[in-house]
Amino acid sequence: MEFQSPRHLARRTLKNSSKLKSEYPHSLQLYSVPPSETIGLQELEDWAVERLKVLRAVERVNLSKNTKFSDDWKNALKNDLQKQNIDSWYKLSSSIKDEKMDEIICKTRQKDHVSHFLLRLAYCRTEESRRWFISQETDLFRFRFSMENSEDIRIFMKENKMNFQPIPDEEKQKILTKLIHAMSFNASKIDTVEYYKVPFTEALDLVRHRKVYLQAGYAYVPNDELVSIITAMFRSHLSLAMALTIRSLPELEDDHRIRRLLNDFDKRYTGQDFNALQNKFSGAAITPEMLDGLSKQSYPLCMRHLHETLRSTHHLKHGGRIQYGLFIKGIGLSLENSLKFWREEFSKNMDIDKFEKQYAYTIRHNYGKEGKRVNYSPHSCIKIINASVGPGENHGCPFKHFDAALLRQKMTTNRVPQPAIQEIVDLVTRHHYQIACQRYFEATHNTEVDSGIQHPNQYFIESQKILNGEVKEKPKGAHKVQTIRATLPAKVEKPDPTDENHEILSESFETSKQKVSTFCISNL
Amino acid sequence: MSEQSEEAMLTYYKRLFPYGPYFRWLNYGNMKEHYFHNREFSFTLPDDIYIRYQSFKDEAELEEELKKMKPQKIDLGAVYNHRPKNHRSITNFVPMEKELVFDIDMTDYDDVRNCCQGADICDKCWKFMVVAVKVLDVALREDFGYQHLLWVFSGRRGVHCWVCDDAARALDQSARSAVAEYLQVIKGGEQQNKKVSFNHEHLHPAISRAAGIVGHHFESMMVEDQDILGNEEAVKKFLLMIPDEQLKSKLENAMLKYHNSVSRWRVFEELTANTGKTKRQILHLKEEIMLQLTYPRLDINVSKQLNHLLKSPFCVHPKTGKICVPIDPSNVEEFSPETVPTLSQLINELLELNSESLSKDGKSLKEYERTALNPSIQLFKKFLNNLESSWRHKRIIASDAKMEF
Repeated sequence: MEFQSPRHLARRTLKNSSKLKSEYPHSLQLYSVPPSETIGLQELEDWAVERLKVLRAVERVNLSKNTKFSDDWKNALKNDLQKQNIDSWYKLSSSIKDEKMDEIICKTRQKDHVSHFLLRLAYCRTEESRRWFISQETDLFRFRFSMENSEDIRIFMKENKMNFQPIPDEEKQKILTKLIHAMSFNASKIDTVEYYKVPFTEALDLVRHRKVYLQAGYAYVPNDELVSIITAMFRSHLSLAMALTIRSLPELEDDHRIRRLLNDFDKRYTGQDFNALQNKFSGAAITPEMLDGLSKQSYPLCMRHLHETLRSTHHLKHGGRIQYGLFIKGIGLSLENSLKFWREEFSKNMDIDKFEKQYAYTIRHNYGKEGKRVNYSPHSCIKIINASVGPGENHGCPFKHFDAALLRQKMTTNRVPQPAIQEIVDLVTRHHYQIACQRYFEATHNTEVDSGIQHPNQYFIESQKILNGEVKEKPKGAHKVQTIRATLPAKVEKPDPTDENHEILSESFETSKQKVSTFCISNL
Repeated sequence: MSEQSEEAMLTYYKRLFPYGPYFRWLNYGNMKEHYFHNREFSFTLPDDIYIRYQSFKDEAELEEELKKMKPQKIDLGAVYNHRPKNHRSITNFVPMEKELVFDIDMTDYDDVRNCCQGADICDKCWKFMVVAVKVLDVALREDFGYQHLLWVFSGRRGVHCWVCDDAARALDQSARSAVAEYLQVIKGGEQQNKKVSFNHEHLHPAISRAAGIVGHHFESMMVEDQDILGNEEAVKKFLLMIPDEQLKSKLENAMLKYHNSVSRWRVFEELTANTGKTKRQILHLKEEIMLQLTYPRLDINVSKQLNHLLKSPFCVHPKTGKICVPIDPSNVEEFSPETVPTLSQLINELLELNSESLSKDGKSLKEYERTALNPSIQLFKKFLNNLESSWRHKRIIASDAKMEF
């Protein structure tokens, strides 16, 4: 890692390489101990931005590809990182043993360590951002883990006191048929596979997907799935740590530079939350009468389907009420209007009394007027795509949750040109749901979307802009509504070296020792 | 809206509600301090007034409060780190433990039952619940090693399961969701016709076990009772589940030559038995279809969340007046929602009671033990005895451990 700021050179506080080497003996880290060295604020910022880029790449690859952690998935992630010139993030160990290589690698490991802790601070504040961070970090860990050789893994497990003992052959033979039936790989391999018996709570992902044989609370985990257990440990370790981090946050935020840095990072993930966005486009408030028209013009397919189902059956199940209810809140329907809208439909099937008692609560809840009083944000595409949809339910993403034939039918009804339908169905079979949605937008609006579709409410806004003939130029520096990801590497302005404020950040993540001098990053 | 009268509810809470056993259950042998006291109760009062975060010190306080409030419905929530009553004054108020619960409701079967819809049930569709109890009971016991499963009739058209083992109560949210998803087989909404698909050569042991249980009931409950292939329209609907176009048209031609559900099902069995082996996509077709139609349909959000509320056992269902009584899973076929005692029936029984009655061993009986509620109470006590023996065992271990120091 180079130091660009002269100040860094002047006050070189980084540890020398041999010390670094002993500190970071392994390419994989569980991030148990926070970093304690002094690091320049600019560097801190750069590293954190880089890590965020990496996590975003992980997220992107998860959305576009079929099987997670397959070879294709890994290659796609590698390519993505290479394109952005941040491929050092997965090259954390090397077969070349020379000093220079060692130094580079240790430096990268340090960067990995420090940036992880900074992002923890930035992402611990809301349930949703915590979940996002933990999930990307866990995937990144697993990705790196999968590239280690078995010797390195053995050392790593030993260092972190993960002692798993394979079951004796005798025990294996007794349940052999069950083991064969539970496994997803070729049965002829069974003789070479070693099994580990662990409490099922340590192998939750394998349990969830029924990938292991379970007996009396124990999971029998084949050795190639051990990674799943170790990943699970990583995850639970991290989520516990995040819960602790949030407690120390108030103290940390006393420092305004940290506060600004963190606030900013947080937003870089969530982007616009589309919460109760006023409809600026028509000038007038949205009323229930307008929804039929809007649903045809500007709704994404998921919402149009929910709207039409509601109109025709006068009912939606819970998942549908939440997904659609939050969406119409997001496009600017007030609570009163929302109640009026749902009441009007539901009362065609039930008496108003029942509606008021059983359903009005959820609607007020969506608007933060009941229960925990959280003003919930409309669901994003990721959330909708990953939703669990059961019999009788209509929510979810049509591109994922519809049978192809029904999807075609629906699009034909919505007058999507045949070639576009074919293209969309092809995208869907390759699991590119969001790109399919983008094509659907383009086909129904005769225009191109440069930023992709990440949120149903973003879809709506984009559509309204086009229909209202609004110029698509965005005011400089203003929030770009249609980009969630693209807001990422807003180039950080380099600090003016003559400015007195550019001190080096003496950063210890243990908050009690927090002594941070003045802030030196401007214009984030 | 039909609710139970206040007077009837008062009688229920004064003379029929089994406070003793109920407290024995929720107190869990007092193995953990304040376990009962930190449990959330929620009450639904007449006119749908809903009050959350009630909590009670002990059995006496619970009894007093129930008699005073006369709730139409009682829901049980989690055990928190503080008294739920004081939740507003506590900054860090979080759920710690709860039974692992499952909720199965007949309305989720509307697309596969032809006998009734919505809130209605009959003996034909109750079989869905029988299958659900059998499949889940064995899975929870064999796969997860749980022993203390309390199955309860939900009062109208469904069943609840409360898994009460120490280990189950301590599960965190992610473990709960993993268990729920392991047990959830049917996936897909209104716009997906095939909701169960297995792509591997073998079925997972849990799936083949479930398919075995389901297969045992399938013909009588689906092919005959629900008449799933009874007319041309039904056959068309059935064929939507066939992923292979060639096979689909072959089946359609062959099936429509016959005129009743049973013989059409035979045709399906024969044709798929031969062709199934060659194509992976239809390798497990028969099992997939049987499971899609009859595998338990869980409301998994209820199971996933630690703080989710669920109607308590021994509630009176506000609409039907039936008592939410325990069900014996080893004898679930004997259970019929039709014969569950209702509140008004129990009150009539009370009117006829003699002033005093003694059991065989000379102890005086509680009033509820002299009504139709008694078998349910006995079943509940049996469950409690098993549960308590596990604490006794733990206590011995704990005291042994102390001796060593």
